[in-house]
Amino acid sequence: MRTLTILGILAAALAISAAAGILVGAVAIGPADVLAALFGSNDVNGTIIRELRLPRVLGAALVGGSLGTAGALLQGLLRNPLADPFVTGTSAGATLAAVTAIALGATAPIVPLAAFMGALVAVTVVWQLAQLGGSTTVLTVLLAGVVLTSFVGAVVTFILVSSDRLALRLRAVLGWLQGGVSVISWEELAVAAIVVAVGLGFALALAHRLDAYAFGEETAATLGVDPDRTTTAVLAATALLAGAAVALAGLVGFVGLVIPHALRFAVGATNRRLIPASFLGGAVALVLADLGARVVLAPAELPVGAITGLIGAPFFLALLVRSRQVVV
Amino acid sequence: MTTLHADAVTAGYGPRTVLDGCSLSLTRGEVVAIVGPNGAGKSTLLRCLAGLLRPRSGVVRLDGVDIGALLRRDLARRVAVVPQIFDTLFPFTVREVVALGRTARLGTFGGASPADRVAVDRAIADLGLGELESRRIDRLSGGERQRAVLAMALAQETDVLLLDEPTVHLDPAHQVAMLKLVRELACARGLAVAAVLHDLNLAGAMATRLVVLAGGRVVRDANAETVLSSELISDVFGPGLAVGRHDGRPVVLPIP
Repeated sequence: MRTLTILGILAAALAISAAAGILVGAVAIGPADVLAALFGSNDVNGTIIRELRLPRVLGAALVGGSLGTAGALLQGLLRNPLADPFVTGTSAGATLAAVTAIALGATAPIVPLAAFMGALVAVTVVWQLAQLGGSTTVLTVLLAGVVLTSFVGAVVTFILVSSDRLALRLRAVLGWLQGGVSVISWEELAVAAIVVAVGLGFALALAHRLDAYAFGEETAATLGVDPDRTTTAVLAATALLAGAAVALAGLVGFVGLVIPHALRFAVGATNRRLIPASFLGGAVALVLADLGARVVLAPAELPVGAITGLIGAPFFLALLVRSRQVVV
Repeated sequence: MTTLHADAVTAGYGPRTVLDGCSLSLTRGEVVAIVGPNGAGKSTLLRCLAGLLRPRSGVVRLDGVDIGALLRRDLARRVAVVPQIFDTLFPFTVREVVALGRTARLGTFGGASPADRVAVDRAIADLGLGELESRRIDRLSGGERQRAVLAMALAQETDVLLLDEPTVHLDPAHQVAMLKLVRELACARGLAVAAVLHDLNLAGAMATRLVVLAGGRVVRDANAETVLSSELISDVFGPGLAVGRHDGRPVVLPIP
């Protein structure tokens, strides 16, 4: 009951923040005109609302929802509340693959696929590292993420500077490495929405098995969960979601870390409740962050990754300090 | 009517062989204590019985079926394990932890049936956890947490219950209470129970049978009266222990 209330509140918050995201922008358009533009007027306002603001808001919601869900999955799998696609380097792997694919001439439907493959490789490496055991596991995973992310940053910068493809130029260096949802076409959005829907469906089906992981893989096994199959499925779902987010918006940090962590206090640790809440919560967070990115320095725009980093990094640091006894 | 039977099981990790041809039967209604010195292979034997470690040779059978051939989900409906280490950084409540015992019986999306709720309610009641059910597991005392984990295993509604040093975090009174409860449940519900125990007196007082492991082999499988003899204890555990009697039962005492 309480969970349903919280999910309802999050859904309402998403509707309100999406409305705000559509209403606010560089060009002032009154609410009545926005409504008219949404339902078909063919003037400049119609183009701005339907081709720029609406896909951008929906894109932000998809990216945030994917990252929130992927964060919950990774935290559950690694038994580590400090994990998410960004800090583990999963998003970096996806970014490298996506940028490489575009540089080689891939079009919209291929990019999320490439990002998925990149994310899958990266998250599998992270999982293998976490399996090495020992008390430094959590730090090992985070350090590997740092190394992977800077390596990818270097390679991506190299590709972006050397490539003359328009699709890369449009977002330029900051768009990929700082995260931004500024240029999103309906085609990209449709492909990403399908990928995210599949990833979310997987995540929801895996939720109760992931609960059993909270007390270790062996206990999960004695409770009736096949550890190999479940781990593979969780890694794949994480890669789908992180890959879709990267394909739409590049590297957006900390949403996947902060959102599930914060929502655990509201809905509890059970993943059947945490995962849908993290999807909605992540969507709200990124729609608002994107709104912030557009208005804070208006008419100039910040990459949304700058906003999430600004809020997320101190949060991460506070968590790290608080949980030092279990991390080190 | 053997329930779980290990037949000449040899197992180990990497190049190291820990168990060397161990055989053990577990029948419904009995509580078997697996005892022995450190490194004798007690936990390894339990892991083989639970299907967590595949024997290099030999086989573990559940009512005649090789457990290596069973799906995890099917095995978890027949064999429950109380792990030694039970920690999480996540704020699960006691009730949520107990409900994990139903994992193998839930639907695709984790939906619980009325039978699942009844089993969880019963396990919570059996262990007197009613007042703690909405408390966070990571904020309980060692004894309370141990009860929650046992309740989780009971909610699995299996015929076999395996416990890996279930009393290691408990004070002596709680150790006795815990094992008494396990023995009562074994008797009342016809569970086949095996527990790895370090405390020989506790094992002698609470188990129907003691299996003594040393160097990866079963050196004795008998009742407490037979196992707890000065000769066997000094053979297996070395010097420093004496066997006396209290109320007509053998007790093992440290010699200063």
